[in-house]
Amino acid sequence: MRLIAEDLGGERGGEAVFSGIGFALDPGQALLVTGPNGSGKSTLLRIIAGLLPKAEGRLLLENGGDDFPSVASACHYLGHQNAMKTALSVAENLRFWRDFNGRGDSGVEEALETVGLGGIGHLPFGYLSTGQRRRAAIAKLLVSHRPLWLLDEPTAGLDKASEARFAGLMTKHCVAGGMIVAATHLPLGIEAAELRMGEATERLLQQGTPS
Amino acid sequence: MWSLFARDIRLNIRAGGGALTGVIFFLAVIATIPFGVGPDLKLLSRIGPAILWIGALLSCLLGLDRLFQADREDGSLDLLVLGNDRHMLALTVLVKCLAHWAGSVLPLVVAAPLLGLFMNMEPLGIGATALTLLVGTPAITFIGAAGAAVAVALPRGGLLISVLVLPLTIPVLIFGVSASYGATADPDPFLQPFLILAALTLFLGVLGPASAALALRHGTD
Repeated sequence: MRLIAEDLGGERGGEAVFSGIGFALDPGQALLVTGPNGSGKSTLLRIIAGLLPKAEGRLLLENGGDDFPSVASACHYLGHQNAMKTALSVAENLRFWRDFNGRGDSGVEEALETVGLGGIGHLPFGYLSTGQRRRAAIAKLLVSHRPLWLLDEPTAGLDKASEARFAGLMTKHCVAGGMIVAATHLPLGIEAAELRMGEATERLLQQGTPS
Repeated sequence: MWSLFARDIRLNIRAGGGALTGVIFFLAVIATIPFGVGPDLKLLSRIGPAILWIGALLSCLLGLDRLFQADREDGSLDLLVLGNDRHMLALTVLVKCLAHWAGSVLPLVVAAPLLGLFMNMEPLGIGATALTLLVGTPAITFIGAAGAAVAVALPRGGLLISVLVLPLTIPVLIFGVSASYGATADPDPFLQPFLILAALTLFLGVLGPASAALALRHGTD
């Protein structure tokens, strides 16, 4: 399996945010997308997931097989929001996503243990703190299997210990042949190539955008 | 898919789900009509089926704006859209519609016979109206889903959805009411409008979710 992006360009509201982004990701590799605010990190992730149309370029997943015919089907998308319902308990939320996305390697309780939330699965999601919510959302990545993780500021709200634990999870995912594309400002503590978004934007701005 | 249905039903009946909002609104509308119209029992029983239908229609529209908006706000909608390869998005929307119908609209159908008594309707008329509501209200939910999908990004989309959807629900209302009248008034037929109503529901059961899925696909940002 191989994720290839060639000459990708993205736009928001009709204005180009970035262009000419290219990378190739093999199993076991991770890519950190960095850059200043507004440089298009989140836009790039949403384009990879297929949630936004790309303005130009090519994006494809090679050798995905029958299980993963497209990038969207092969990816977990962890956005700014946690995609959990506050009225349901943590375990109910995770059970729903496991049933909806297909089963993975770990069960709900096991996944909660892994992110350090063991024993609070019965609490409503709305009662959790910001960091705990993020960890519950990370547990969502574990309850169903996807080879490609698209992570948008995954460590926002996490404390040092949770960050380290999450770094371990990501390393484990890569060792098992997974791929990660993460947009972040903070070092994630994993071995990864870096894609800096800023330069492309500056170039665009210098050329002058149509008003 | 069953898990999505179960989740939406559960959300509907948990705190803040608003499963009873529609029923209470329905009750309020029907309970005020006799006071407004006056104690003319004959008149009440004559307009009864129409009033029940209009009340149910308006109550149906009440909760529609939350159909996708709640999922959009917490990011779930992105993941539902991403699941398109495993669960076709139109099917996901259909399941969400059915869950919404079972959670918010079915209580209206159950309450309708009771509210029919307020309107001095005879048992046969009450039964016919409840039956036409049972068959016809899914169509309103399906049309509403398309409206809700179009307005999903708007923070106060509720009224807009009602305005968008209301004209499209008129055929459902017409055939629902005429079938209800057909059961009691003798020369009028019951079966023909009832079958057209059922056909409308089946037709919109395909068209509504498909167009809603299309709108959701292109509405993500």
